[in-house]
Parts: sequence; C-alpha cells; structure tokens
Amino acid sequence: MSTQNKAKLVREISGTNPSKCMKCGKCSATCPSFDEMDIKPHQFVSYVQKGDIEALANSKSLWKCLSCFACVERCPRDVQPGRIIDAARQIVVRQRGGNYLTADEIPALLDEELPQQLLVSAYRRYKR
Amino acid sequence: MNFSYYPGCTLRNKAKELDAYARASAEALGFALQELTDWQCCGGVYPLGTDEIATKLASVRALAQARDNGQDLVTLCSACHHVLKRVNDDMRNNADIRTRANNYMMLDTPYAGETKVLHFLEVIRDVIGFEELKKKVVNPLTGRKIGAYYGCLLLRPGKVMAFDDPENPKLLEDFIRALGAEPVVYPYRNECCGGYISLKEPQMAENMCSNIHKNAAGFGAECLITACPLCRYNLNKAENNLPVYYFTELLAEALGVKEAALK
Repeated sequence: MSTQNKAKLVREISGTNPSKCMKCGKCSATCPSFDEMDIKPHQFVSYVQKGDIEALANSKSLWKCLSCFACVERCPRDVQPGRIIDAARQIVVRQRGGNYLTADEIPALLDEELPQQLLVSAYRRYKR
Repeated sequence: MNFSYYPGCTLRNKAKELDAYARASAEALGFALQELTDWQCCGGVYPLGTDEIATKLASVRALAQARDNGQDLVTLCSACHHVLKRVNDDMRNNADIRTRANNYMMLDTPYAGETKVLHFLEVIRDVIGFEELKKKVVNPLTGRKIGAYYGCLLLRPGKVMAFDDPENPKLLEDFIRALGAEPVVYPYRNECCGGYISLKEPQMAENMCSNIHKNAAGFGAECLITACPLCRYNLNKAENNLPVYYFTELLAEALGVKEAALK
C-alpha cells in the first residue's frame, strides 16, 4: 500500500481529523507515558499529515500508550491523539508478524495475583 | 428491585471478593443482581478503531440480553463498565456500527442501545441514594481516612461515560462519607495506574503507582479504594504502598455483611 493510502487508512480507522489540531500541546502535557515515547502525542498529527506512517508505525510510542484517554478527554479540538496512535497500532498488528505479544510469552509473565483482565486487555491492544 | 448483572472474567477468578461483597451489600440495600445467563468477556479494553465490529459483539450480546430481561445492566469492574457503556453508545448513536453488529448477531429484535448501563456505584448514587445508604450503615467506619482512586476507565471520556465530572469527581468521596469515614481528596486520584502496561513493562506501572500512593499518603490517606481489579493489582505492586481495598469490601463492612459475604 502506498504511504498516501496508509495515511488515509490511519485517518479512517482513527475517525479523527488531524487537521483540526492547533498544536496547543495539552495532550503531551497530560500524557503519563510522555517520557517513554520517542514520538510524542502532539507530534502524532504531523506524521499523519506528512504521510510518514512508516515512522509512526515503527515508533516505540505504539506500545507505550496506556489508553488512559487523558489526551482524548483534554484535547480542546477533539483530535484525540489516543485514537491516532491506536490506528497506527492497528495497521501494524493486523498484518502477519505484527503482534507485540505472543501466547508463548505469557507463562513467564504470570504471577499468583495477576488478574485475567490484564491478559485480555494486553491481548486486545498488542495482538490480533 | 432487580438488575441484570455482568460480572466479567476477573470477578469469577482473581477478584471474587469484589463480586461477593457487592452481592451481599446489594441484598442489604434491598436490590438483587441477577447474573446474565450467557455473558462473555468484554475484552478488557474498548476497541478504538472505527472499523472494529467483532471485538464489540460480546458486549452487544450482554446489552441485548439485559434489554430482553427488561432490566438495567449493572457492572462492578471499571473495565467492563467502560467497554459496555462505550459499545452501548456506539449501538445507540452510530448507524454504521449498529447495522453491521446486528447483521452478525441475528437477534429476533435488533439491538439499538436501549439498555441503560449502570455501575454499581451509580446504582448507589442514583437509585438508592447516599442518604438511604447512610441509614443502612450499622458499622460506621468512623475516623478512617480513605482515598478514592478512580483511575481512568470510570471517568474518561467524560461525554460517553457520564459517570461523574472527569476532572473533579465526587461520587466515591460521597460514598466514603456515607459509610461514616473521611474522604481524602488528592490530585492523583484520576491518574492512570499503568493499566495493561504492567504485563510487559511492570517498572513503568510501578513508577506511576508509586506516585499515586505517595500523593495520597501525602494528603493523609491511610488506605485507597478502587473498583478495578487491574488498578488494585498495579497499586499493590508499588513499594511502600497504602493498603488497597475494593470499594465493596468497605461497603460490606459498614453494612455489617462482610463476614457472611465470603461464606
């Protein structure tokens, strides 16, 4: 798929319009994973606008977002960076070999207290 | 007064006490939680992609069953509540999702978001009322300083969850007050615990939870309460932590049904 079409797909899956962003930076200011991200929440929109989806798809940020919806709640323009990064994550995990978590890894990650909720949530976000 | 009830995967396993204390408390408060006969796991997180359908069907099935029972649908786990409420919002307001989900479900009566989804705490606030709860307390938690930990899933996005003011909630504080204890308001009560990040990067969740504990303790909290098994798990992993209880445990204690609940 061409990079142009990939950018279109990210817009479509996320259901958000990056052009509405006014670069206020509230999303990055409020993001609990900001320090861990290589591409920051306020920068997601630029990658979609430039059509540089490869960089976004290869970014660490895909796996650092917690889906806490702080950026979604506080975005004054309803751009919802959390949905953009999820769409980038989707175009990765929907392809063969794109999973960030595999079933083989699970046994080593378990402990006595670990709630089922954690496994199903991680599965939904990290793999297909 | 009866409600359809969706317990969710974790309340059948690692968080059995969250469920048991709630059922006993509901009985003491004069309502019953009638478990749906055919529920499936909600998936833990709301599928954000606009083209996601299959991942929403478990929620639609539960919502439609509650509609057919003619009852509101009550949840306890923050994650189940989040997913069910958001999928319900999709079914009510998004014609594309509604059509495609119904095409899969092949229900006798198509589902269009008719069910009202309520968190157990919303039942207490909106149906029972805090004044009524106060009257039913036989063992007030006098002198206990309790920090409410909301986390993310109950509150955000505020427009869809409509649970409380997402930036300055007070439901749990009112709840704590009704039990006779003293609520401790601290800024980190709606900060994220790290959620599912703790599976692959426990250190990240630990740092975040450590900040929550420090903040709550700094404002004078002696313990925290939560509705979410994952929040509780993550919060318990942090060092030097405050004790973390499910809100239903303190409720059962105040209502005098705690011992009987686990039998």
